[in-house]
Amino acid sequence: MSRRAWLAGALAGGAAAALPAARAADAPSQGLKYTLNRQYSVTEKPNSFEDITSYNNFYEFGTDKSDPKANAHTLRPRPWSVTVAGEAEVTGTYHFEDILKLQPLEERIYRFRCVEAWSMVIPWVGFPLGTFLQRFKPTSRAKYVAFTTLFDPQQMPGERDSILEWPYVEGLRMDEAMHPLTLLVVGLYGQVLPNQDGAPLRLIVPWKYGFKGIKSIVKIAFVERQPPTTWNIAAPNEYGFYANVNPHVDHPRWSQATERRIGGGFFSRQATLMFNGYDKEVAGLYRGMDLRRYF
Amino acid sequence: MLSVDKRYRYIYKPVVFVASLTPAAYLAAGAFEIFGLSLGPDPVAHLLHSCGKTALNFLLITLLVTPVRRLTGFTHLLRLRRMLGLFAFFYVVSHFLVYLVFDQVLDLRAVLQDIAKRPYITLGFTALLILIPLAVTSTHKMMRRLGRRWQRLHQLIYVAAILGVWHYYWQVKRDVREPLLYIFMLAVLLGYRIVVRWQARRRVTSKSGSATAPERI
Repeated sequence: MSRRAWLAGALAGGAAAALPAARAADAPSQGLKYTLNRQYSVTEKPNSFEDITSYNNFYEFGTDKSDPKANAHTLRPRPWSVTVAGEAEVTGTYHFEDILKLQPLEERIYRFRCVEAWSMVIPWVGFPLGTFLQRFKPTSRAKYVAFTTLFDPQQMPGERDSILEWPYVEGLRMDEAMHPLTLLVVGLYGQVLPNQDGAPLRLIVPWKYGFKGIKSIVKIAFVERQPPTTWNIAAPNEYGFYANVNPHVDHPRWSQATERRIGGGFFSRQATLMFNGYDKEVAGLYRGMDLRRYF
Repeated sequence: MLSVDKRYRYIYKPVVFVASLTPAAYLAAGAFEIFGLSLGPDPVAHLLHSCGKTALNFLLITLLVTPVRRLTGFTHLLRLRRMLGLFAFFYVVSHFLVYLVFDQVLDLRAVLQDIAKRPYITLGFTALLILIPLAVTSTHKMMRRLGRRWQRLHQLIYVAAILGVWHYYWQVKRDVREPLLYIFMLAVLLGYRIVVRWQARRRVTSKSGSATAPERI
């Protein structure tokens, strides 16, 4: 019997309690099949698996950086479904396993820059959002793509607090969503994505601040108008819709000109690059746009 | 049975001194990764945050001395206040040095820009500056030299504490619960003094012709 069928059967039979209480953060992960995409990968040394999985902003599990690793074991990333909706010819709800079958996985080593002015280099495994979205044949009314995270305070205890409005929502302009760099991520270091990093499916947009990389996605919708985004709702003067990494546009309370490189020791401060170093690839998307106004 | 003086000099003060150093020792152990301790994936942020919070903790403890004295009668706690205040200064300076040396890698221009352009850093730096004359005039000799003015000068501790707590509140990204807790605690400690002063003033004005000055806090 296939592992998936067994899993589905066991859960259906209410035997979830019989499964080992999977602290997915520590449990041996299943290896993924993927190929390295050298064209879109940086050559800098990636951060350690330990760093990437123990230093997270995932307020659904608490606001300390160490909270997600400690608390994300209550998330059940399988079985998982994603609903695709909105201005498209094809819509519906899909099993995560079926989504995985649609395209081959790539490894991409991306720079990651948090709005808090720290950064990492992370070897994600996933597939381009653009080619995935094209399967649903978005219509001409689809100007933006809106994403939603799971809302289930039982699985995500931080959602009981009102530190942010839940569920977490994010969005991209259509051309940003279609850009070859934009990635739907399912793995890390060749293994299934740990819970605290946004299992089972998250977004990564490497030229934007990390909070645009919405985690544990349950819904993707094609929409006509610019969708609301959680951090912009929380503090509209501090977090914008575009959130492009830009050393010339400061956060109202701190500078964005430099960043601290995690894993870089005690003297790890380095200059922040325009569009997080992806200037060549994405500057064209914003030609003529006032990046101070549309931050 | 030792006299109070001797007990403070040989027992209480050394104990408090060693206890006050433990946060620093803990951080140093983490920095050198001894005893299995570590500062985590972002050691500079951790050091900065720990030194800052410890500094605030010591500031609040020094402000606790007077209310505790008045409510319990333990007047001799006053003897520990200078040491606790100087430790607050020690941790504030450490916090600033971590920022200057590790976080900003001695980029003086960036630091000056931060102090000028980031309000929460302006507040924090001002608090540090205020603590310098307080630390410098903390000796008995200085107390005698300044007389009444010493008391007035050292009331600046209230300003430093307010700025420090405000600095924390404005620094935090989103989760303001802990800064709010500090604001609340500081409000209680300062509010206590305000209430005592009101009561003293009422006592003075109600006794006609009394020459009693409001009690020194």
